[in-house]
Formats: sequence, structure tokens, C-alpha cells
Amino acid sequence: MTSTRLSLATVLWIVGIAVVFVGAWKVYVEVSDISRFVLPAPDDVGLALVDILGEARTWHHLRVTLTEIVLGFAAAVTVGVIVGTVLGELPAVERVVNPYLIVLQVLPKVAIIPLLLLWMGFGPSAKILIAAVFAFFPMTAGTRAGIRSVEPGNLDLAATLQMSRWKRLWLIELRAALPSILTGMEVAIVLATVGAVVSEYLAGGEGLGWLAVVNLNQLQVDNLFAVIVLLCALGIVLYVAVAALRRWLVPWHPSATQRPPGV
Amino acid sequence: MGPSGCGKTTLLRVLGGLTAPSGGAVVADGRAVWSEGRADRQALTQLAMVFQEANLLPWFSVVDNIALPLRLRGVPRAERRAEAARLCELVGIAGFEDHRPHALSVGMRHRAALARALVESPRVLLLDEPFAALDAITRETMNLELERIWLARPCTAVLVTHAISEAVFLADRVVSLSARPARVLAITDVPFLRPRPLDLQHEQDFQGLVRGVRSYLTAAQGG
Ligand SMILES: Nc1ncnc2c1ncn2[C@@H]1O[C@H](COP(=O)(O)OP(=O)(O)O)[C@@H](O)[C@H]1O
Ligand SMILES: [Mg+2]
Repeated sequence: MTSTRLSLATVLWIVGIAVVFVGAWKVYVEVSDISRFVLPAPDDVGLALVDILGEARTWHHLRVTLTEIVLGFAAAVTVGVIVGTVLGELPAVERVVNPYLIVLQVLPKVAIIPLLLLWMGFGPSAKILIAAVFAFFPMTAGTRAGIRSVEPGNLDLAATLQMSRWKRLWLIELRAALPSILTGMEVAIVLATVGAVVSEYLAGGEGLGWLAVVNLNQLQVDNLFAVIVLLCALGIVLYVAVAALRRWLVPWHPSATQRPPGV
Repeated sequence: MGPSGCGKTTLLRVLGGLTAPSGGAVVADGRAVWSEGRADRQALTQLAMVFQEANLLPWFSVVDNIALPLRLRGVPRAERRAEAARLCELVGIAGFEDHRPHALSVGMRHRAALARALVESPRVLLLDEPFAALDAITRETMNLELERIWLARPCTAVLVTHAISEAVFLADRVVSLSARPARVLAITDVPFLRPRPLDLQHEQDFQGLVRGVRSYLTAAQGG
């Protein structure tokens, strides 16, 4: 079985690769005569990061973005689990709805962001909705696949025990679906982050995405990189938080004792 | 008993209300199990089934699995857990109440599945090759255990097996089925008193019955 704790060797490798990457970046900036407006040195980015973290407005933007992501994600989880359950339970409904779901999935969502902004205004609700739209499909697909993955033997058990449909859903199907729902959530939290940040690029006067664009327009490339680092950190924290739910929610499943990818 | 693929599982599923029969009637305790293609709820409450795979729910602990039928009937948590713990004792898995099924050996999972089937004191117990996945030694112990448990909680039991000596050892009556579609070839009465010692298997009378059943089944396979 895979160890659930990082060994020292693994930690050294992870840190080592990061050190080599940053070192190569620094060397490249020094030896090539690349403009600081294109690629700032890593130490300059570090200083800029310390700099912007010292400013209260950075924290305000971080809070705005975080709120959009979390609310959009929560909406996608709620709606996705409900829709996925209905689709998993009722194949007749699924056959009708499926083409629309596929259209929604293949539709370049970035392209409809301006439309949603137009309809919903430039305030936070449009961005929450966009984050939710991005995250909706993996939640639905994950839930549906999970509901379908119930062992036939468990359904026989439900039948001999004469479980009602709701009891079967609650005691068997949703629990069996949970590992797959969690996989959906791991994808969904990342997509919700993308949705929120991209919509901030395009509209409004708040959030880390907006801050990145402002820094770009002012050619504050050090700060732009610092904002990107901050966004990365935010994404990682959110992903790790969601991935950690697995241990807690499905301790009975093999996936809970294996390390989720990237953590 | 009957050759593999003859319809033993199918028959048991019909008895247990899982597969609707295309004809005929199943009567348990004076009640028809099937009426107009639907299983009768009242009749089914008298039945319990033990599947070939133990079929425990992996997200529940052993006691919660065993107590599941009681939970569905609305028995309060403390009460049903106490009853489930008593059954753990009976089937010999005391001490593992709060483990999850995956932490149990295959034999222990079957004991837990048996306990779950017994928790509501059914009138009829249906067992579909419950020990087929076990090694020979564990299987022998499980047979002894099954008789002991059954003597503690007697009920009508229908056991599907393809091991002849197991059938003769456990049963009062062995029904031999033909190849698909199954017909009843013979019904063999087994007169030995209970509890039956393992040594019984070496006695002349026992081996005579085993030979008898085997001859029906080899004839079935041949024709
Ligand atoms: N009486 C029957 N009529 C039609 N098909 C049958 C009948 N009995 C069994 N079958 C089919 O034969 C196959 C094997 O049956 P199964 O009950 O699994 O056999 P066994 O448990 O004896 O190995 C199944 O596909 C089942 O649908
Ligand atoms: Mg079978």
C-alpha cells in the first residue's frame, strides 16, 4: 500500500526540483539580456510578493476572489450532486438531458462569460455564477458515475431488505457515489478558480484577477508575477482542502489511503 | 444441489423475491411470495438471504451492517446495536463490532453476513453458496459453525452448495437438480441427529448418502 506520509526523500526531491527551477530562472535572467518587463528575476518577484502582501488592499482582493470561488463551487456542488443523482437514478431523463449536458460541456465557456456579465452586471453574482458554471459539469458527471457504480449485490441487498427508494439512495447509492463525487469536487474546485479569475480579468474592479490585469496594464511585471504566485497558492490551498475531505468522508474507500495526485 | 449453471441461484432469487418467476408459485408459511409479478412485502419480511459475496456495505462498521435490517424497521440505535453485538457474539466475530468490513477476513465477512440475515429472526433463511469462496479448512469450520448457529436460532434454511458432502453434512433433505433447465431429480432424506460431529463424514451411512447424491448428479451431467 502507498504510504500516506511523505518520506524525507520525497520532500527532498520536491524541494530540490523547485530550487533547481528557481535557480535556472535566475541564471537565465542574469545571463540573457531579457527585459525585466518580460521576465523579472525570481528574487525581484519575491520582494514584490512581500510588498503586495503588506498592503491591505491585496488582502481585500484575495477575500473577494476567495468568496467568488467558494460560493460558486458550493453552488456547483449542490446543483451538480442533485442533477447527477437524478440522471443516475432515472435513465429515461438522462437520455433526454444528456445532449444538452454535452453541449454545455463542449461550449467554450470563456466565450459566454461576456454574455453572463452583460446579463448579470459586473458585480460578484456574475462571477460566482461563472465559477459555478465552470465547476458544474465535473460535479454532475462525477455524481452520475458514482450513483451508477453501486455494486449490483448491494442493490440486491436493498431489495431483500425492502428498502424504499429514498432509503436506498441515502444508505447505499449516495454513499457508494461519494468517492466519485469527491473526484468531481477535486476537478470542480480548480475549474471554479479558473472561472472566477477569468471573469475578474474581463470585468469589475476587484479580485486577484483584476489586480493582475491592472499590474499588466501598468507594466508592473514584478507585481504581476507576485499576483500569479498568490493565485497559485490560493489554488493549491483550495485543492488540498478539498482533497483532504476524502480521508474524512470516505475512510472506507481505498482512495482515502492513497495520496491524491499532486498532494 | 445441482450442476453449475443449472439455475440454483435463479431459483433462490425467485424464492427470495429478487427475480420474478415466469410461472408457478412460491409459498412461504402459507403466504404467496409472488403475486402478479410483484414480491409480497409481508412474505418477504419472513425471509432473509445470505449472498455468495458477503455483500456488506463498506461504509458501515460491522455492527451497523448487522443492524441494518433493524434500522430500516425503525428500531432505536442503542437497541439495534445491542442486538447486533449479541449476534456478533453468536457468529464468533465479537471484538470486531466497530471494524469496517474491509478490515475483516473473508470468513469473518461471511459470519457478519450471516449475522445480518439472522438479526430479524427470519422464518426462512436462504443461503447461496455462502462459503464457496473459502478455503477447505475454513469452510469445514464454517459448516460446523453454521450448524451451531442454526441450532441456536432455528429456522427453515435453504442452502445452495455444489459440495456434496457439505450438503449431506448440513441438510435434513438434499434436493438434487438436473442440468438447465433444472428439474428435481431426487430428494434424499438425511436422518443423522444434531449436532453432527465432523467425524460423521467418515462413517459408512454418511458416505453411502454422499455416493447416492453423487450418482444422481453425475447422471444429470451425463444426460
Ligand atoms: N428455469 C430457467 N429458465 C431459463 N433460464 C434459466 C433457468 N434457470 C437458470 N437460467 C439461466 O441460467 C443461467 C445460470 O443460472 P444460475 O442460477 O446462475 O445457475 P447456478 O447458480 O446454478 O450456477 C442464468 O443466466 C439464468 O438466467
Ligand atoms: Mg450460483
